Parts: sequence; C-alpha cells; structure tokens
Amino acid sequence: MAEITYREAVRRALVEEMRRDERVFIMGEEVGVWGGTYAVTRGLLDEFGEKRVRDTPISELVIAGAAVGAAMNGLRPVAEIMTVNFALLSLDAIVNHAAKVRYMFGGQFNCPMVLRTTAGWGQLSATHSQTFENYFAHVPGLKVIMPGTPKDAYGLLKSAIRDPDPVVFIEHTHLYRVRGEVPDEEFTLPIGRSEVKRPGRDVTVVAYSRMLHEALQAADELAEEEGIECEVVDIPTLRPLDLEPIIRSFQRTYRAVLATEQWLGYGLDAEIAAQIYEHAFDYLDAPIRRVTARPVPLPYSRDLERLALPGKDEIKQAVLEVVR
Amino acid sequence: MIQLQTEEGVLSTFDRETLLSWYRQMILIRRVEEEAATAYQRGHIGGFLHLYIGEEAVAVGALNALRPDDNVVVHYRDHGHALARGLPARAVMAELFGKATGCSRGKGGSMHLADATKRFWGGYAIVGGQLALAAGIALADQYAGHERITICFFGDGATNNGYFLESLNLAAVWHLPVIWVCENNSYGMGTSVERASAVTEIYRKACAYNTPAEQIDGQDLLEVYAAVRRAADHVRAGHGPYFIEAVTYRYRGHSMGDPERYRSKEEIERWARHDPIERFKRFLIEEGISLEMLESIHAEVEEEVQDALRFASESPPPPPEALWEDVYAAPAAGDPFILPPAVAPAQ
Repeated sequence: MAEITYREAVRRALVEEMRRDERVFIMGEEVGVWGGTYAVTRGLLDEFGEKRVRDTPISELVIAGAAVGAAMNGLRPVAEIMTVNFALLSLDAIVNHAAKVRYMFGGQFNCPMVLRTTAGWGQLSATHSQTFENYFAHVPGLKVIMPGTPKDAYGLLKSAIRDPDPVVFIEHTHLYRVRGEVPDEEFTLPIGRSEVKRPGRDVTVVAYSRMLHEALQAADELAEEEGIECEVVDIPTLRPLDLEPIIRSFQRTYRAVLATEQWLGYGLDAEIAAQIYEHAFDYLDAPIRRVTARPVPLPYSRDLERLALPGKDEIKQAVLEVVR
Repeated sequence: MIQLQTEEGVLSTFDRETLLSWYRQMILIRRVEEEAATAYQRGHIGGFLHLYIGEEAVAVGALNALRPDDNVVVHYRDHGHALARGLPARAVMAELFGKATGCSRGKGGSMHLADATKRFWGGYAIVGGQLALAAGIALADQYAGHERITICFFGDGATNNGYFLESLNLAAVWHLPVIWVCENNSYGMGTSVERASAVTEIYRKACAYNTPAEQIDGQDLLEVYAAVRRAADHVRAGHGPYFIEAVTYRYRGHSMGDPERYRSKEEIERWARHDPIERFKRFLIEEGISLEMLESIHAEVEEEVQDALRFASESPPPPPEALWEDVYAAPAAGDPFILPPAVAPAQ
C-alpha cells in the first residue's frame, strides 16, 4: 500500500476513470495547458489530448450547463470549477438543471456528471475563502461529497464519475498535500457512507474535509491531556447523509460536537443536530455544541482570518464544555 | 410536386403531402393551444400556460428542415415545438392536465414537455438556461463523431443574460454543431426589445461570437424552412454554429393572465393581418390545392384535438408514489435525503 497525497489520489482517480471509460472527459478553466490551478490535472492533457481535457473560457455558468447537456446526451463529464466561490456563477445550471432534468421530465433523462470544485482559504479575503457545501446539499437530486482523506478522495471520486446522478465533489485546498495510505489495487467506495475514523467512548465529534483532521488532532490531544476519548465520525458524503454511524455513536456517548468550516447559521451542522434530536433525543446528556467559522466575511489580515476560522482548539474547548 | 424557390435558386422540391403535413402541424398547434386556453380558464390546467399562437411557422418551418434524429432544445413556450416534432397531441394535452399519461408523466407541465425517444430534450423555464444545455448536447455528438446537429430556440429576452453570452461564445470556440434560433416576438414578458436590448436587431449580437447570422421573417413558413436548411448544411458540414433571428409575434399574452398594458390592440391586429397560417394557406391555394382539401385537414385536426382533450381529461393523475420517483436514478426508499445503503453506485 502506497502513501500518496490527496492531490495524487484525486489525479489517480481521474486518470483511471478516463482510461476505463472513453465517455469520461474533463472540462474547466486551466485544466489542460496550465495543468490545473492546484496541479491536480497536471499531465492529463499529454495522455488524453485536447478532446478529453478541455480548457474552457472563464464561463462558470456554461461549464456547468454544458456538462449537464453532455451528460444527458451520453457523456460522463467531470466539470471543474476552480473554487466553490466561483461555483455561485454555476448555481443555476446545477440547481435548476442538473438536479431537475430527471425528475421534471418524468425520468426520461440521466445526468451522470461530476462538478469538481475546491474549498479553502489562506489570506484570500472575502470572496475567495468561502465554503458552500450546504447550498448544494440542500437540493434534492444532487449528491454532495467532501472527502477528508486521500483514500476517500480516490474511492469516492471514482464512484462519483460512475454514478448515474449529478455529484458535486468538493476538495479542500489545504488537504492537497496531506498524505495517506491508498491501496495499490483499484477500488471504489460507496457514496452515502459515514465512517468512524477514530473510536472513543466519551464524546461524538462529527466532522468532514479539513475539519476531520482538526477533530482527529483535537481527539489525540484530549486523550493525552485530559483522558477524554472522542469518537470522530467522518461524513465524506454530505448528501445522501448516512446518519447511522452518527446516531449509533451518540447513543453510546450521549454528547456531540459538530465541526465545520461553514459559517454559524443555517449550515450542515444545524441539520445534523436536528437529526440527532429527532432520532436520539432520549440519549441527550448535554446541549449539542457546534464549532464553525464566525459569521463574518473572511478578512485578509492573517490575525483576523485566524480569529474567523475554526480549528482544533475550538473543538477541544467545545468537547470540554459538553463533558463538563 | 411543388418547387421551393429561394434567392439561391431551387431549394427543394416537395410533394403536396409534405406541404399539407406542415399546414396540418400549424393548425394542430393553434387548435391545441386554443383548447388549452379554454381548459385553463376552466381550471383543468394549472400553473403557467405560455401560448405560441402566432409563432407557429417558426417551429414548423425549422423542425421540418432537420433530420428526425437531430436534437431539439426549447424554452418554456414549448407546445408548438413539441407538436411540430411529432409528440402526440394526447401526450401534450395530458401533460398540461398534469396526468400520468403526459409526455413528462405529469411532473413537468406546460413548460417542461419532453420526449427522449424523439430527441426532443425538453422545454426549459429559466430564461437562457437551455442554451448551455444545448451546447453540451451538441458537444456530446461532436465528441462521439455523430452527424447530428442541435437546434436551440430562445426568445429575444434570453439574449440579454449571461447564458447567451457564455453559450454562444463556447459554441463558437469549440465549433459546436448548433443552430441558435432566436424567436424575436418583440417582448420579453411585457418589456419591449427596444426597452431591454441595446441592439434591437438581435442577429447582430452573433457577430460578437464570430457566428454567421441572419434575420428572417418568422411568419413565413417557407422562409424559415429555407433558412434552417441553410443553417443545417453549414453546421453539419462542421463549420460551427449558425444564428437565425426569426422575427415573429405572439398574439396572446406572455402567459394566461397577462394584463397586456404594454401593447395596443392595433399592434396585435396589424400582425394578425400577416398571420403565418393564412399566408401559407394562400401559398397552397396558389399552388393549386383545393379549399376542400384544406377543410378536410381542419376537420381531421379537430377530431385529433377533441380526442386529446378527452384522453387528458379521462387519464388518471400520477399515483402518490410518483412523488418520490426519479429524484435519483436508483429508486428511493421514500426519502431522497437519506438514501438507503442499497443506493451505492453501480460498479
């Protein structure tokens, strides 16, 4: 088993699926000659040529909309939107078309497309540092994946490309250099599975994407410093959401902390909290705590940015509050 | 046999049956829509109902100039295109009535008619949205090496938003096999082209995307046919997209319940004097087709429309379980938010 980076895992999934299926192609800004803004698609143009690795104009709306049409007419597009901030310009094509063409025409059309995009930040200020997975996860007809590990990124992207429904696949720019074990032999992972990434008896911590790593580190430190054992549940698929591992864990720990990079308010964390209340109210020993970004536009200054975004320290503090 | 002359000479020679079938399609569209308007007022049809009455020559002329396996993508004023493409009047009317037997199984309604088997990819109701889809549909055919081309219809209003710019540009950059047809009926809802668009001759916008374009009289069936044939030859030969502005007019409101404060009765009457059906009828009579022949077509259409109304009215509504069907490809277990593990991707 090789240890590879998250970036390499995504690239490996793309390359394998393109070799496997002639219908799979990539379109997006700077995916070809440039090699991908985050170097994910580097080398793909050389192997697959311009027909299958298509540089587009800076036209987020038609990138997404044309992917819908191409998917309806038999291809398997992997459309790349450089960051999820720019995906707001694609939103109509995704929400009003990708998510609807099967239903509103009575099941006559398929839309097997993947919209790959990124969340992330780093002194990029107000319009380049956001994360909007809840916008997509709200929509019936879409599937939304936000993997935290190289293995999940690889296995889930392969499944997303083969899936008959539109999938929004959100990578995190901070994770591209994270290394992890990925089996050498080809495999896929099922969409719609949550997973306990670290067992523990005291508190259930639900996290995904970058916050999964913050949660795992917080859990290690809490175990060492306070003897508190957190159970970290990863939800790499946000829609459909596999609640079972979350509820099962909560029924043993009676306490939960939900960690996300989203702003406080109307987020995925609120949905998960509501689901826990609905499915396991009798097990509740403490109010569910949420760890989120502060609800302000992201500032440029490094110091202010640090204050705005959540990390392991906030998770540790929230865990201490719910066990107290 | 009847010869169709254009400036370039003889375009085509048609037998009478073909020309009469076009006449029949226009009559069918108009009668289906007149009955739909009545059914709407009686409460049998809900939501929005956008009538195409007055614009019939555009859909009929254009779609008959294409091959049956070419792709058709339309806006929400889609009844005419659906019928011209050969969707049965029964399936169209049943869809308007929201019945299980409708072409979209009662899930789409007036704005979302479709028939995958006829490569009629549907009516779309976000202004301009279908242009991006059409680019993608055309891309898939180009990618697969098919000879098929895609025709995409939209109104003058759609030429003012981002979908138009991005789709025309991408289609031109990638030489996609698309015919863009702007149905310029002078108004985007109630706002006239003059008040909404810096360029009122819409076809001139296409030059910004280096796409050959022409403006035609959309009330003249034969002119529409000839233009789309020209466009189809250009596009099918691999020369990239082609743009047609068909100048046309809708006699009815934007949708039912339009107060029509933005135009005068005189304006509507002026256009009705050049009614596309009447003009084609005069042509047929000049070509020696008898009035009796035309009247028999009217009688036949009337029977078809009444049959469609009966069929729609007697058809069952979609069953309750249809609510959950087709949200995703795999059957959902009653809740599309939390799909069962069985809905793992096909390997």
